Amino acid sequence: MSIVSTGAKGETALLMGNDAIARGALEAGVRVIAGYPGTPSSEIIQTLAGVASDHGLYVEWSANEKVGLEVAAAGSFAQLRSMAVMKQVGVNVASDFLLHLAECGTRAGLVLLTCEDPGGLSSTNEGDSRHYAKMMEFPLVEPGNFQEAKDMAAWSFELSEKVRNVVMFRSVTRMSHASGNVVLGELSSSLMAPGSSKARFQFDGDFMDQMRGPVVTFPGMVDAMHRRQLEKLALAREIFETSPFNIYTGPDRPELLVITSSAAYLYTEEAIALLGLEERVGLLKLGTTWPLPPRLLSKHLKASGNIFIIEEGMPFLEDNVKALWTELGPDSGSKQFFGRKDGPLPPTNELNPDLVAGGLASILGLPDPWTDQAYSERAVEIAKTHAPFRAMTFCPGCPHRASYWLINSALKQDNRHGFVCGDIGCYTMGAISCGFNTLKTSHAMGSGTGLASGFGKLNRFGFDQPVMAVSGDSTFFHAVMPALVNAVHNQADIILVVVDNSGTAMTGFQPHPGTVSDAGGGALPALDIARICQAMDIDVAIADPFEMASTEKVLLELLDNQGGVRVLILRQACALSPEKKGKRLFDMTVDEASCLAEDCGCNRLCTRIFGCPGLIWDPEAKRTRIDEVICVGCGVCASICPTGAISKKEVA
Amino acid sequence: MTAPQLPFDPYNLIITGVGGQGNVLASRLMGRMLVAQDYCVTIGETFGASQRGGSVMSHLRISTQSAWSPQIPHGGAHMVIALEPSEAFRVLSVYGNPEVQVIWNTRPTYPVSVITGQAVYPGREEIFRELTELTAKHWPLEATDQAQTMGNPIFSNIMMVGALSAVSDLPLGLEIFENVISEMMPPAKVPINLEAFSWGREALA
Repeated sequence: MSIVSTGAKGETALLMGNDAIARGALEAGVRVIAGYPGTPSSEIIQTLAGVASDHGLYVEWSANEKVGLEVAAAGSFAQLRSMAVMKQVGVNVASDFLLHLAECGTRAGLVLLTCEDPGGLSSTNEGDSRHYAKMMEFPLVEPGNFQEAKDMAAWSFELSEKVRNVVMFRSVTRMSHASGNVVLGELSSSLMAPGSSKARFQFDGDFMDQMRGPVVTFPGMVDAMHRRQLEKLALAREIFETSPFNIYTGPDRPELLVITSSAAYLYTEEAIALLGLEERVGLLKLGTTWPLPPRLLSKHLKASGNIFIIEEGMPFLEDNVKALWTELGPDSGSKQFFGRKDGPLPPTNELNPDLVAGGLASILGLPDPWTDQAYSERAVEIAKTHAPFRAMTFCPGCPHRASYWLINSALKQDNRHGFVCGDIGCYTMGAISCGFNTLKTSHAMGSGTGLASGFGKLNRFGFDQPVMAVSGDSTFFHAVMPALVNAVHNQADIILVVVDNSGTAMTGFQPHPGTVSDAGGGALPALDIARICQAMDIDVAIADPFEMASTEKVLLELLDNQGGVRVLILRQACALSPEKKGKRLFDMTVDEASCLAEDCGCNRLCTRIFGCPGLIWDPEAKRTRIDEVICVGCGVCASICPTGAISKKEVA
Repeated sequence: MTAPQLPFDPYNLIITGVGGQGNVLASRLMGRMLVAQDYCVTIGETFGASQRGGSVMSHLRISTQSAWSPQIPHGGAHMVIALEPSEAFRVLSVYGNPEVQVIWNTRPTYPVSVITGQAVYPGREEIFRELTELTAKHWPLEATDQAQTMGNPIFSNIMMVGALSAVSDLPLGLEIFENVISEMMPPAKVPINLEAFSWGREALA
C-alpha cells in the first residue's frame, strides 16, 4: 500500500508530484478517474488504480484521452467527483469533447489533469495546453511546488463545483516527476460528492437547468449557454482575486517585478537567492493563471515599471498579462515587459535556475552568477572523450529491433523505394539508427496509418512505391482504427504492421483494450486485433518477429500481393513486460573461431549494424562478445549471425 | 523539529547512470531516509521516453529548511554517485567544481556509439586519472561485479548508497536504511538489500 492512501493527516511524506496530485484527489474524495498513459502523467492513474479497491474508486485506462474525458464527465454528471488525466498531446485528442463540455458545464467537481513536457524530455513536441483554457473559456490552475500540487489538486474539485465547470490543472515534467516534502491532509470520508447519496444522472429539469436537466449542447441554446459560461468564468476570476495560491514575496516597490507560475517558481526562487536579489526583485507567483484576477495584477503591476514574466511553455502568461495591462488603462503606468519573446529567456525549451538567473542578470545589468570558467572548460573537454554519446536505443531483447530488421530487409530486397509511416510508442525509434532508420514519417497517434491511407491512393498520379505503416497494440485502439477503416473503405494499397508487444510499453506497461486486465489488475475481456481487422474484410497474417526466417518470408509475400489493405501482426511481448522481465530464455555464446568479425557483412554485422547493447565489441581480441550484465537472452542475434558463430542454449 | 545542520545547505547530490540501473530507486530511498530525519528533500528526475538506453540523472537537494529547484544550478554538485563510469564525466561537465566528490561503479555499460565503433570508451586508468583531476576526492567501487556474485547486477545501486553512507556527512546509517528499505520492499527482499548496503558501506569505511 502506498503512503498516498495510508499516510495520516499531518504526516510529512516525500512525494513525487504525480503522487501528491493523486493524494490531493483522494483528499477531495475523487471517485472516477480515467485517462490514457503518457509521460509525464502516467503515475497519477497508476497510483490511484493501486488504491482503487480500498477506496471504492473507479479507475480506467481508457482507449484514448477523448473517451477518458467523457468517462470522467459521466462521473461528474452522475454527481461523483471525477478526474481525467493525460499528457499535453492528449488534450488535443480530448479537445472536441472539451469544447462542448465547457459550454454546458459540469455537476460534481471535474478536473482535467494535464502533465506537460516543456523541452520534450519524453515527447515529440512542446505543446502547451493552457491555451485551451482561454480558447474554450474555463479556469486554469498551476501548482508552484509539491505541497501545492497536493493542495491545489484537492481544491480544484471545489473550484469546479463553485463555477460548475471543468477546471484544467496543469503540471509539467519538473513538477510531476520531481519529488518533495508534502504535509498530508485528511483523506475524504465521503463516498459521494456533497449532497448526494448515490450516483444518479438526473435529466428531468429543463434544458438550461444545469443540475437537473439534460446535458445537451444544441443550436438554439448557444447564446444562452455561452453567456452562462462567461458568468462562470467571471466567478472564477473573482475567486482568484483572493486565492491563497497567488503569493507575493519581496519589497513594496521592487525594481523588477517577476510574475511566474508552475515549476518556474522554484527556479526563480533559486535564481533570486543565487544572485542575492531579495531586496530588489519582487516575486508574484500565480497559481491561478486563467482567467487572470485583474485587481490583484493591477496592484502589483503598479508597484514596478519593469515586469519579467517567467513561465514554462509558450508566452501564455506573458501575453495575457500584457493584454490585461492595456485593459487596466493609463492608471497602471508605463511598463517595460521582459519574457520569452524578447531575449532574457530563450523562446523554446524548458527553463532551469541558470537560465532564469541569466535572464535576471541581463535585465539588471549584473554579471552572470559566478562559475569556475577554467574548471568548466576542462570538464567539458574531458567529457568529449570520456563520456561517449549515449543514443536512445531499443532495450536488449526488444521485439521492435527484430521487427525493424525484418521490415527494413524486406523493403531493401523488394527494391521499389518502399517506406514505412511511423506512429507513437517505443517503436517511434524506428526512425533512428537503432531501428535501422526504417520510419520515414512520424506525427501523432494513429497518423502513420492515416498518412499511409493517403499515400496508398496516389497511384493515379504515377506513385508506385510500396506503402507500409506500423502501429503498436495500444495505439491501434487509440487512433489507428478510424484510419484503418478509411484505408479499407477507400481501397488504399497499404500494409499495416501491428507490432504487438502486449501492453503500453513506453509509458510503463499499462493495460489497454487488447489486454486482459484493468488498471488495478482485475480481469477484463481482451479485444482481438486480428478479429477486428478480419471483420473489416482485411487479410491478416500473424507472425513472431523472433522467428526471423519464416517472418521475413511472410513480409516478402505481403509486399508481392498488391492491392488493398493487408495487415501483419508481429506478436512478441515487450522485454520489460511482467511475464518476461528478469527471465532469461537463452544463454548466448560467441564462438571466437567462426566469428568473421571485421570481415562479416561489410564489417561486424552484429555489433556495427544490428546494434543490440547486449553484444559488445572487444577491440583487442577483435571479436564480438556477449555483455552478461546487459544481455537478456532473447536469442535473436543467433538468427542474424551469418556464420552461426553466435549460438543460443535454452536456459534449463 | 529541526534536522541537524549539513556541511552545505542545500547539499546537492547527483545520482547518475544508464536507464535500468536503479537510479530512481536509489534517489527515492535516500530521499525517504532523509525526510524521515526531518530534512526537506527535493528530487529532480527525468524518466520516460528519453531513457531507453540513455543517460539518467537524479538531482537531490537536501536542506534543513526548504524545498529547492528540482534542477541543481551549474557547477553546484557536492557529491556525485555514478552507477556507470563515463556518466560521471557527463555530469561533471555541467555540475562539477573543484570541490566535488565522486563515488563511481567501475563497470561500464557501453553506449551504442562505442559498440558500433563511432566512439571509444575510455580505459580504467584514464578514467581514474581524469577523475583525480576533476574532483577533490573520488572512490571507485567494484559494485556490479560484487552484485553479480550476489545473483543480480541491480544490487549495485544499493551498494553505492551504502558506500555514500560511509564517506559523506549525510546521516544515512544502517538503521535508517533498514527502516526505509523495509517499507519499500517485500520482507523477503530486505536481507539481500541489507547485505548490499553493508558491502558498500564497509568497502569505503
